[in-house]
Amino acid sequence: MDSPATERRRDRRRRGRGLAVVGVLGELFLTAGVLVLLFLGWQLWLNDIIVGNEQRDAAIEFAEELASAPPATPEPSAEPEPDAEPSEEPGLAEPVSTISPVMNEGFATLYVPRFGADYVRVIGEGVSLSSVLNRSSLGVGHYPQTQLPGELGNFALAAHRTTWGAPFGSIGELQLGDKIYVQTADGWYTYAFRNLEYVLPSGVGVLEPVPQAPGVPAGERYITLTSCNPRFSASERIIAYGVLESWHPAAEGIPDELAALQGGEA
Amino acid sequence: MYAALWRLLPGPLWLRIVLAIVLVLVVLAALVLWVFPWVNSFISVPEVTVE
Repeated sequence: MDSPATERRRDRRRRGRGLAVVGVLGELFLTAGVLVLLFLGWQLWLNDIIVGNEQRDAAIEFAEELASAPPATPEPSAEPEPDAEPSEEPGLAEPVSTISPVMNEGFATLYVPRFGADYVRVIGEGVSLSSVLNRSSLGVGHYPQTQLPGELGNFALAAHRTTWGAPFGSIGELQLGDKIYVQTADGWYTYAFRNLEYVLPSGVGVLEPVPQAPGVPAGERYITLTSCNPRFSASERIIAYGVLESWHPAAEGIPDELAALQGGEA
Repeated sequence: MYAALWRLLPGPLWLRIVLAIVLVLVVLAALVLWVFPWVNSFISVPEVTVE
């Protein structure tokens, strides 16, 4: 009595060599197709989760560093100034900005509750793909030619909408008034989202101190997020604008609303 | 090709199935850990900046 394996071997001899070659070719093509699908699943889904988690962990660590680091220069409010504005209303005092970011290194953290209650990313100086945007320790980049948080003008950021952790994956879901928190060694800057805009990749007007108004001196403090549009494409850019709502010095700690969102974690 | 691979696996049916699953998992791990990141470094991602 023949075993099934012996029967199969005899079968194969009958089919001949040509058929075997075609069979192997077919298997190779099928394998290649499966590999491409696997890669796409990895690139567009699995790796976003992996890199996103790494970016979030790095940001949580960096936020602790920022919170424990003393401001670069003594607080201007350390000694009472006669003409200092009364700051009886916390959050409405003149924002302070003393930081000087180092190229390709993190200097701030970004919290956008609309992107997830526990969403936090490190903001690095510069918008180079390899040095900032594609790194699992950073992910969000600050246009170096634009202003810093708290300065009059425009604090402009860029990040991926798909792949590499997709820090701005949900940028299109922002709604009027959504809070955008930025933490630096100086303190907490709370921006409120105002509107979206779609521009061509050459639309550098969005980086002006007053966005889309070249030459106009800034009277407000804006935040601008840029990412790609449509998703998975580079043909346009999606732009999200916000304005500074309040500022809290680092000593006051994390804003209450944000602390409540994050639970006891922060 | 895969039929030949299956014949190369030793042991009874259950062991062959276990070995086949282990082989598939090893290949998947190698892909995710080394091959895909390497391929990804050659793929240009959509630009996100205005310039």
